[in-house]
Amino acid sequence: MTYERQKDFGTPEVLSETQVTLSIDGREVTVPAGTSVMRAAAECGGSIPKLCATDNVKAFGSCRLCLVEIEGRKGTPASCTTPAEQGMIVATQTPRLEKLRRGVMELYISDHPLDCLTCSANNDCELQDQAAAVGLRDVRFGYDGADHLGAPTDTSNPYFDFDPSKCIVCSRCVRACDEVQGTLALTIDGRGFASMVSAGQTTDDFLSSECVSCGACVQACPTATLQEKSVKEIGKPERSVVTTCAYCGVGCTFRAEMRGEQLVRMVPWKDGKANRGHSCVKGRFAWGYANHADRITSPMVRESIHEPWREVSWVEALEFTAGRLRTIREESGPRALGGITSSRCTNEETFLVQKLVRAGFGSNNVDTCARVCHSPTGYGLKTTFGTSAGTQDFDSVMHSDVVLVIGANPTDAHPVFASRMKRRLRQGAKLIVIDPRRIDLVRSPHIAAAHHLALRPGTNVAVLTAMAHVIVTVGLVDETFVAERCEADAFEEWSRFVAEERHSPEFLQDVTGVPAQTLREAARLFATGGNGAIYYGLGVTEHSQGSSTVMAIANLAMATGNIGRPGVGVNPLRGQNNVQGACDMGSFPHELSGYRHISDGDVRSLFEQDWKVTLDDEPGLRIPNMLDAALDGSFRAIYIQGEDILQSDPDTRHVAAGLAAMDCVIVHDLFLNETANYAHVFLPGSTFLEKDGTFTNAERRMQLVRKVMEPANGMQDWEVTQALANALGLGWDYTHPSQVMDEIARLTPTFAGVSFDRLEAEGSLQWPVNEAFPDGAPVMHEAGFVRGKGLFVVTDYVPTDEKTGPRFPLLLTTGRILSQYNVGAQTRRTANVVWHEEDVLEVHPTDAENRGLKSGDWVRLASRKGETTLRAKVTDRVAPGVVYTTFHHPETQANVVTTDYSDWATNCPEYKVTAVQVAPSNGPSDWQENYAELSGRSRRIAPAEPAE
Amino acid sequence: MDAAKLAYMANQIARNFDAIGHDKAALATADHIDKFWDPRMKADGFRILDNDPDLLGPAAKRALETLREGHDPAPQTRATEFNAVNEGGRSDAG
Ligand code: SF4
Ligand code: SF4
Ligand code: SF4
Ligand code: FES
Repeated sequence: MTYERQKDFGTPEVLSETQVTLSIDGREVTVPAGTSVMRAAAECGGSIPKLCATDNVKAFGSCRLCLVEIEGRKGTPASCTTPAEQGMIVATQTPRLEKLRRGVMELYISDHPLDCLTCSANNDCELQDQAAAVGLRDVRFGYDGADHLGAPTDTSNPYFDFDPSKCIVCSRCVRACDEVQGTLALTIDGRGFASMVSAGQTTDDFLSSECVSCGACVQACPTATLQEKSVKEIGKPERSVVTTCAYCGVGCTFRAEMRGEQLVRMVPWKDGKANRGHSCVKGRFAWGYANHADRITSPMVRESIHEPWREVSWVEALEFTAGRLRTIREESGPRALGGITSSRCTNEETFLVQKLVRAGFGSNNVDTCARVCHSPTGYGLKTTFGTSAGTQDFDSVMHSDVVLVIGANPTDAHPVFASRMKRRLRQGAKLIVIDPRRIDLVRSPHIAAAHHLALRPGTNVAVLTAMAHVIVTVGLVDETFVAERCEADAFEEWSRFVAEERHSPEFLQDVTGVPAQTLREAARLFATGGNGAIYYGLGVTEHSQGSSTVMAIANLAMATGNIGRPGVGVNPLRGQNNVQGACDMGSFPHELSGYRHISDGDVRSLFEQDWKVTLDDEPGLRIPNMLDAALDGSFRAIYIQGEDILQSDPDTRHVAAGLAAMDCVIVHDLFLNETANYAHVFLPGSTFLEKDGTFTNAERRMQLVRKVMEPANGMQDWEVTQALANALGLGWDYTHPSQVMDEIARLTPTFAGVSFDRLEAEGSLQWPVNEAFPDGAPVMHEAGFVRGKGLFVVTDYVPTDEKTGPRFPLLLTTGRILSQYNVGAQTRRTANVVWHEEDVLEVHPTDAENRGLKSGDWVRLASRKGETTLRAKVTDRVAPGVVYTTFHHPETQANVVTTDYSDWATNCPEYKVTAVQVAPSNGPSDWQENYAELSGRSRRIAPAEPAE
Repeated sequence: MDAAKLAYMANQIARNFDAIGHDKAALATADHIDKFWDPRMKADGFRILDNDPDLLGPAAKRALETLREGHDPAPQTRATEFNAVNEGGRSDAG
């Protein structure tokens, strides 16, 4: 495949029911009304010269290169700003137009350095293309129109450069930053030839500006002014492969642009339905970890965790592992063995890991990291709506009038979706934020939240019940919706419950910290402001009442009739790229793929016949319980694919003790992660660039992941799992992941209509895909809930047992930031560290003053569980009494202080509430020092013995 | 497994069902434990009934007794209704 830029239609797609037909250069074309003449021409295969127009930003009409003639009209209008009309007759190539265009082009070129042959964008430059297209031969104005040819290049951003000498001031970058990203970091300073793009203040460079390095401006730039450094270093790409981002649950699709076996750049794919041509700094730029020096590519084993690692062949590693697993099974039975599937890996890989545990190990002890993030979503939405997946697609937000964001920080954690949400908010939709911290969304360019309810951590249920109280007692319930769509008795019981005086905002304000009046206004706005959509994240689920909060959210959506059409709904913002898929594939210990319980004999026999084994009929252990069982000796071996539970799970000491108690810990990963400090076997993994498969994003959208280069470790992850299965005698013979998908489809009604061929043809499919929904389902519960009627559930506020007191007077809550991803295993190994070198602790000025702290001071953060040290940042983003940090760096290990309290229904850990004390400190805690020592010791690799 | 920890889990479940009354809460707790606990946790839970019954609140205690008596509680909430073998509707994705 040769390299071609993705087609640019010049102006954005218009969605309109009305169609118009016009003639362009004698060709008839029919387009939705409102489409530009430029786009209409592109739709019928023509191409009108252009410079300032590109199809992801609104037309601007400044360059005058796209002139056309229209029969019956005077002059030569710009085709990018002229809407197509019924019966129009357009000419795009006439001698008059050619002359005018050449004149325009001459002006541009007179202001442009003529070093095309040595320019890194040579042959991939729109200015060059357009100069050729208009047939420019010479420049009559001379080449001295420029007065910023000597301006220095801004190289401050680690991923792209800004070379103002090549800028043609088309302002595509400025508009991309405004319209696509919504950061508004760029402006055009000055006028005429002196005008120049600038990142904010004159003293700013890109790195110190508001820029979040999303790359939208780089993609929009028609010249080499804004260009990826990697293109300069590696050269122009020669081919491209469309694949899916492996970071977050938004599921952006990219063109991986390659030169030979080298990845040159990742360019967001405009046809991607989740991202529609946009990206964030992680997916766009932070892929360098794939070749990082820390990457381990040979299998390693060791007898005990106190010994150095030994590099061995795959055969030896697999024999060693299978031998240990067999011995443990003989000694302690199959229930002593288990595994953890990865939400970072593909559906096919996840399916195989749970199959290995159930069919090979013989137990149901399989779990996945959704345990620690969205398991309460599963429980809560299933109870109320009958099924748990998010109810909308991302596009839905463009129809919302009121957006309620609770316990989520989309601009940092789901940036591409956040850009879409911000676009809607700039158009006038109202915003309510419920969060203990003033997240960026509360106040950003041209956006201000109507209400920010800065509640005390741990009081979500109380706040939501108080909102319900207002809606019920003031008479704002959508009676028609409730009567038609919900169980009447349950509604009656619920409305009586929430109407009780003890649930009024006035009664609860001392508990929640939210002023009653603010809460009343927010509730009223949500109930009466038009289409209301609720978006939530881990600030909802990671609590001892996570499941109850999800049900309270569902109650609120049903009571206000905000379910079942675009613009409304309950939308969990999922963390990992394939957390939805990992759950769908049967990664939970109590159920097989498609959410069918393991105790159901019919379900088991379907799998037993296909897999030719007998399955255990009892649920297996969840991750925290695996660790508990390890301590009492009844759980002894674990296969962990692509997860770092030591760093990501709560109460690090407990996790460490559990892992240390096991006799066979198999870590299958890219790097020697923290968990590998306690491992006996290390199986090297492959990156998403090195494998084929599918991911399912937060909208239930299944998309293909395509291999763009050979795995550095020699095997894709599904092949490693298969090799381990075969070492245990299972005799698997998959030759491609598409065969695993065929098996999933054969065994799972939800995916009956999914296949790689189908995904290849459609681009993506939103499950369910089966007889009832042959093409998938973008919005759920349109005509009715999956199971009959919606069920209101009484959610009693039960305060967490994690209490503040004289020794631990503050509440710690944790989160993540834009440039780093979760435990940081990947992003810490990229230039993204320039934005976040270490985890810091945000402390309110009052709390800081009481403790004599300033920004930058080392502080000791202690809870009942443990302590760590990190630097303080004094800020009023957090409320008094609340402190906040991230968990991206193993040196900090924020989870040393988090507790093992968890959600009552799902055991999702209560990361978001820990009672702590903060005090000045002058160095690392004992745990940090001991752990650093252990970590160094445990990562030793013995030199290979010379061959005989 | 640690009795205090298991008892805490059982009590926590029961407490969140409190609002529906003792009998229903006990049944819902039994149903929940039946569907989500591994056999060794169930067995250790039954042992608490003999060795440390005081660790358990009334609903959690009743729930474990019900299960030990061999009752197989029908689903008490939709969270414990699962898809049948040929059904594609529900999910409890985390
Ligand atoms: S990288 Fe993104 S945020 Fe930064 S200036 Fe460009 S468009 Fe704006
Ligand atoms: S930097 Fe690129 S996109 Fe921006 S104004 Fe200059 S040429 Fe146009
Ligand atoms: S928003 Fe998520 S999926 Fe999209 S590029 Fe960023 S990390 Fe990747
Ligand atoms: S492309 Fe239409 S005016 Fe520039």
